[in-house]
Amino acid sequence: MNSAPARTATLCLESLRVSYTHAGSAIDAVRDVSLAVRAGECLGIVGESGAGKTQAFMAVMGLLASNARTGGSVRFEGEEILGLAPDALNRVRGSKLTMIFQDPMTSLTPHLKVGVQLAEVLVRHRGASWADAQRAALRALERVHVPAPARRLKQYPHELSGGMRQRVMIAMSLMCEPALLIADEPTSALDVTVQAQIVELLRALRLDSGLSIALISHDFGVVAGLADRVAVMYAGRIVESAHTALLLRGPRHPYTDLLLKCVPNLRAPRGARMPSLPGQPPAASAASRGCAFAPRCPRASDLCRAERPLLRGIEPESEVACHHPLEP
Amino acid sequence: MNDPLLQVRDLGVDFGARAALDAVSFDVARGETVGLVGESGAGKSTLARAVLRLIPASRGAVLWGGEDLLTCDARALRRHRRDLQIVFQDPLASLNPRMTVGEALAEPLKIFEPELAAGQRRARVDRMLERVGLTVPMSARYPHEFSGGQCQRIGIARAMMQEPKLLVCDEPVSSLDVSIQGQIVNLLADLQREFGTAMLFISHNLAVVRHLSHRVMVIYCGRIVETASCDELFAAPAHPYTRALLAAVPDPTRIFEAPGPDGAPAPARPRAAGEAPPGGEIPSGCAFRDRCAYAQEACAAAVPRLESLGGIHAVACHRRRELVYS
Repeated sequence: MNSAPARTATLCLESLRVSYTHAGSAIDAVRDVSLAVRAGECLGIVGESGAGKTQAFMAVMGLLASNARTGGSVRFEGEEILGLAPDALNRVRGSKLTMIFQDPMTSLTPHLKVGVQLAEVLVRHRGASWADAQRAALRALERVHVPAPARRLKQYPHELSGGMRQRVMIAMSLMCEPALLIADEPTSALDVTVQAQIVELLRALRLDSGLSIALISHDFGVVAGLADRVAVMYAGRIVESAHTALLLRGPRHPYTDLLLKCVPNLRAPRGARMPSLPGQPPAASAASRGCAFAPRCPRASDLCRAERPLLRGIEPESEVACHHPLEP
Repeated sequence: MNDPLLQVRDLGVDFGARAALDAVSFDVARGETVGLVGESGAGKSTLARAVLRLIPASRGAVLWGGEDLLTCDARALRRHRRDLQIVFQDPLASLNPRMTVGEALAEPLKIFEPELAAGQRRARVDRMLERVGLTVPMSARYPHEFSGGQCQRIGIARAMMQEPKLLVCDEPVSSLDVSIQGQIVNLLADLQREFGTAMLFISHNLAVVRHLSHRVMVIYCGRIVETASCDELFAAPAHPYTRALLAAVPDPTRIFEAPGPDGAPAPARPRAAGEAPPGGEIPSGCAFRDRCAYAQEACAAAVPRLESLGGIHAVACHRRRELVYS
């Protein structure tokens, strides 16, 4: 993925590292992640809790805790933004580069009306007048298909349903026509019938505006419905990346393969054992010489325990970090 | 269904003026697993808590061993609770952070079997720890030292210490990573087989419920809208809401079925419009009619009652005949 030409990438991470020091020991949340989100593309980043997917993109947004240390490079539209001071970062953050989160209730300000929060984006980033910005806020809510938008502008976040709050967050993130939207588990807090609606909305917005999306999710189902390419993370690293259809049809990394088999589905014989992975993911403080997945991997050999496999191209646009990848 | 273990009759719970749960009736037989599926706010947890009298019910009866749990005195309730245990969604929050795992597991023994000597208690705790896939040395550690999946094993071990007759599992895998969910579901299935425990298994995830349940109930806005054997519910869902729920279960491998040009993701499947109404805004008549593609005038007039479609399959829908046979 790091082989993508930089000029066509909206966002380009190179050897990104995020670490913390806790009680004298180092915690490596993100270890050497390189990826690119190209213009107009949706890249899915899949992994389980603690895999480092959110940490990597919090680093992009300059939102890491103050004791975090970062290394490597983050280029947004060709410009290095990793470690920029807030003032400098705010030239793009919130306008050209935006992020939405899992829980829209905690992302919205509880004591401000929805209309004010939406309009504020344009007033702050574009110097618009409040009157113009309010009109734009109404259009923004129409664009994300919030029912009765004029009434919603005058409501507080707690008066809206979960799905409507996430639509408001999406509307807010689009106020300044961003080049990249980072969507961190945008449907995970929503009911399953509403999840499908939000995925559909993001898909339509993308086709409509050429927006690039970095979709962070633990849910292959959501990623399958939206992403062009997928990067799978485990223990702070990308272990496999490929076009979505290719990855879902024929995963090459044993972790991807097993994780896909764990997704509960309605086709498995009823009463059958539910597939699961043995053991636990390693702690972020664990430093292993070999492959971090080896202790849970049915294909692991002595080589895997001794030497960490590097991410290598196996086909155009497909990479895998495994000594014994599955056959396609 | 002769001699049911638990009989819930017309159970209702009001929060202020609004009924969070209304007219809920069902039985659980010995050793049976009943799945309860619905979206957030539908009343799943309210039902679980009301059945165990962890919150007060406003109406109805919960019959257990010939007594009504809702009206029996504190001494009887305490005796019954030995046989009625619960596992919560957030395993860490449901464990006392200041108690070691061994102390947490020994507590129900101290309460219900005070005659046990310390050594006997320890042996029982050790045995249960190993039974749920943990190790004996772990009993000296505190909950925060464990992962989510391990904490859920501890929660299950504590609930199983008295070998209850009924285990209520309230979203027991929803906060766990997908790779761990199967471990916990399989553990519950094993424990049920081994101890003959009946279960009320609550989840928003139909695919998970399907693995464990003999019978499934679907709840919407505080009412049971469909109930059937597990096989029948998934093969022939009758309520439009159940169908929408089934259609919305994301299945990444469906990309096999209809890949678009250039391997593009398959198009989205049919879905329910809108969202479940927040409390207080529930429409008259059928609560689902605002989101339902089949709603007619009659649906606004009266709340549909749960009516049998034959056997144990029942649905609360005014158009049940036409929709099932259409």
